[in-house]
Amino acid sequence: MDDFIAARSQMALSLGFHIIFACVGMVMPFFMAIAHFKYLRSGDEMYKGLTKAWSKGVAILFATGAVSGTMLSFELGLLWPKFMEHAGPIFGMPFSLEGTAFFIEAIALGFFLYGWGRFNKWFHWFTGVVVGISGLASGILVVAANAWMNSPAGFDFVNGEYLNVDPMKAMFNEAWLSQSIHMSIAAFSATGFAVAGVHALMILRQKNVEFHSKAFKIAAFCAAIAAILQPLSGDFSAKDVAKRQPAKLAAMEAHFHTEAHAPLIVGGVPDEESQSVKYAVKLPGLLSWMVHGDASKPVTGLVDIPKEDRPPVAITHYSFQVMVGLGMVMLLLGVVYLVLLALKKQPLSKKWLMRLFVLATPLGYIALEAGWMVTEIGRQPWIIYGVMRTADAVTPMPGLVYSFYLFTAVFVSLSAIVVFLLYRQILMVSKLYDVNSPDYLDKN
Amino acid sequence: MLYVVIAYLWASIWLYLLLGGADFGAGIVELFSSKGNKLHTRNIMYKAIGPVWEANHMWLIIAVVILFVGFPQIYTLMSTYVHIPLAAMLLGIIARGTAFTFRNYDAIDDRWQKVYSKIFVYSSAVTPFFLGIIAGTTVSGTINPQADNFLDAYVLNWLNWFCVSVGCFTVAICGYLATIYIIGEVKEQSDKALFVRKAKFMIIAAFVFGALVFATAAYSGVPLAQWIFGHTVNVIAIVLAIASLLFMWKSLYVSSPVLLRILAGFQVTMILFAATSTHFPNIVLLHGGQALSLLEDVGSPKTIATLAWALLIGSIFILPALFYLMYSFGKENKEVIGHDA
Ligand code: HDD
Ligand code: HEM
Ligand code: HEM
Repeated sequence: MDDFIAARSQMALSLGFHIIFACVGMVMPFFMAIAHFKYLRSGDEMYKGLTKAWSKGVAILFATGAVSGTMLSFELGLLWPKFMEHAGPIFGMPFSLEGTAFFIEAIALGFFLYGWGRFNKWFHWFTGVVVGISGLASGILVVAANAWMNSPAGFDFVNGEYLNVDPMKAMFNEAWLSQSIHMSIAAFSATGFAVAGVHALMILRQKNVEFHSKAFKIAAFCAAIAAILQPLSGDFSAKDVAKRQPAKLAAMEAHFHTEAHAPLIVGGVPDEESQSVKYAVKLPGLLSWMVHGDASKPVTGLVDIPKEDRPPVAITHYSFQVMVGLGMVMLLLGVVYLVLLALKKQPLSKKWLMRLFVLATPLGYIALEAGWMVTEIGRQPWIIYGVMRTADAVTPMPGLVYSFYLFTAVFVSLSAIVVFLLYRQILMVSKLYDVNSPDYLDKN
Repeated sequence: MLYVVIAYLWASIWLYLLLGGADFGAGIVELFSSKGNKLHTRNIMYKAIGPVWEANHMWLIIAVVILFVGFPQIYTLMSTYVHIPLAAMLLGIIARGTAFTFRNYDAIDDRWQKVYSKIFVYSSAVTPFFLGIIAGTTVSGTINPQADNFLDAYVLNWLNWFCVSVGCFTVAICGYLATIYIIGEVKEQSDKALFVRKAKFMIIAAFVFGALVFATAAYSGVPLAQWIFGHTVNVIAIVLAIASLLFMWKSLYVSSPVLLRILAGFQVTMILFAATSTHFPNIVLLHGGQALSLLEDVGSPKTIATLAWALLIGSIFILPALFYLMYSFGKENKEVIGHDA
């Protein structure tokens, strides 16, 4: 592995790790606020237990998110100094606002976690909502920074110099809206399905069923709504990509030849040598129609893009297929759940449905990681699309391979500990959080 | 507007040193506690720092963001040539933050607590040590972008006696800040006596390492004595710091905790002031006499203006909330701590 690949892998690993905790930080506060609201309205102690149980989990994940995020803000410079030297002042605006959002989030979390019984109950509830809003805001802001890398704006690039910098224009670049909407919805569906899956497993195991049913309903409802919105916003994203990054769209779709009535390619094995896709299902005209709303219009293929500007095709295409495929699975599951709910068919008592939700636990997160691979690998070989190449941005320091190994070891062990801790939280549900269970210890 | 940004940069480094420092110090104090009272020390510390630790560490992020948005050359030069200690510090931050949370939120209380605590106390010392090394590197004039071999370019600029001494000094200062902070949080006389003893230990350590910093500076050819004693303001700053320290030494038992905190904060402020004012506007001194300057190596004017506004507006939201957080929990702690352990 050479240093350049090591740097890219380390960046990808750190971001892929951070995003999991970031999404939890963006979504769980809302789930908690819903449970908390139900407690305050109904006085049902079980909702209070649920809010507390979730908040313990969130505290564990929040710390992991915060330290991995701190690490990222250094890593951008440690790995990509040439990029940051020019990009910092241009796309820094969202990061400086994000600082404010994080700060508010951290302060509100302090109030929320340590505030039980200390403040007016609605003020306390409100601090929980603030945690959620500021978490969501920081997610959107940082995605706006990433969107700038996909669609640079807010400066003039003249003879290798970055002139007339305008940080506000850079922040509201062309890609920020579609990316932030898609990302926020993804956070809800990924976290929603993950949480619902865990509680579904507990329902199947007949453990603290009432407690877990309450939890499941909140998570599954949000997940189902998000899963329905996801493909709509994905379509908006794809049209956007087609406009600003034809090379990425072509790689996503493994679309080699520019043609009218361009087919939508589902599955298959792209071969960059022979510029063809084997074993694929081709739906004629559909790609043209999806991109332009008109099946007869042409879509740019990879062949018409200079070789040195093409992203890796196979991995981008596979990632895209994984994301869309899983998106469809989650959509179906969400619709089935909502329909059963609307027909008052007691979805929670259906073993098959609960099993499906258990199976769906990791799907949202897999789709999320796959989606980021599409966005980031599809942008290659550029770090700032059309302006700076990734290879020109990497640090001159040798030996990055060791840094990559070291941080991989750290992330792997951290993940293991986090899973272990969450498992132990669940083990303790009946003792700590479920007021109706026989071995409940009222130590709160 | 540039001065607004510089003021925020300075303030966030200052606050990180004070608040984050006291927070690191909690782990350092635990590290140097005898077996007998380790658990007791830990319980008191946790009550005191639990609600605010997350906010304390935000100052570092604010400082980094200000650097990479406003002063990109400074940020990239540091992260290129001081890569290794920065990475070490990051590992420390990761280990510490996660261990602290894990040990408080693990639902089951068993042997794992020992593991978390070990990681927590050691990384509490390692992180400020590397922070000190990095600070030392910025003024030692050893960063050499022209160096053509790995050791000179990426290692020897920070791995030298001077920087290591600054690292140790930083650790002692953090421990000192923590003990002074806790003296004000405990109620019982026996606890107070315990932390007064610890504070004295940390003061002695800070003096020893402070002297070592001067000695190694002379040895490594860093004209530190000349910088400090050649400027009247710096001499005044240092004299005031030492005078207030001597005063505190005698009155640790009797003084009001608020006064102790103000004095300790004042001393650290004076040290940071002396360390940064000498070279202002230069912030990183390079090999061969060149330097990076806060007034020259800046992003575009428009960026600076927007950054300044973002910081000002952000403060309007953050500061009142932060004060209220500290106030609420400060008040509560007085009522709880000391009855439990
Ligand atoms: C739960 C996760 C999830 C699911 C089910 C989907 N996506 Fe997605 N997708 C993401 C999670 C995601 C993401 C990880 O959040 C990305 C990466 C960057 C971004 O803004 O969102 C993304 C990026 C992304 C992009 C690239 C955007 C860009 O580079 O600017 C496109 C075109 C789509 N998605 C399209 C879709 C379509 C048509 C879906 C149909 C079901 C879909 N996504 C489901
Ligand atoms: C959290 C969600 C994200 C994930 C999972 C992600 C994933 C990735 C991946 C897989 C790569 C490697 C691409 C390759 O080398 O082929 C990468 C590169 C990179 N990403 Fe992202 N990314 C995310 C968000 C962001 C954001 C918000 C930023 C910055 C504002 C960013 C900045 C970078 C940089 C600087 C690189 C290295 C240069 C490059 O390979 O282009 N990423 N990321
Ligand atoms: C798309 C990618 C990203 C998203 C959606 C995202 C979102 C978030 C969220 C919601 C948090 C709150 C922490 C939590 O609740 O666990 C967080 C933490 C953090 N993130 Fe990210 N982030 C992303 C990428 C990045 C990048 C590229 C950086 C650095 C340049 C970064 C820097 C940070 C920092 C410093 C924190 C810690 C703040 C704290 O202490 O609360 N993030 N991120």
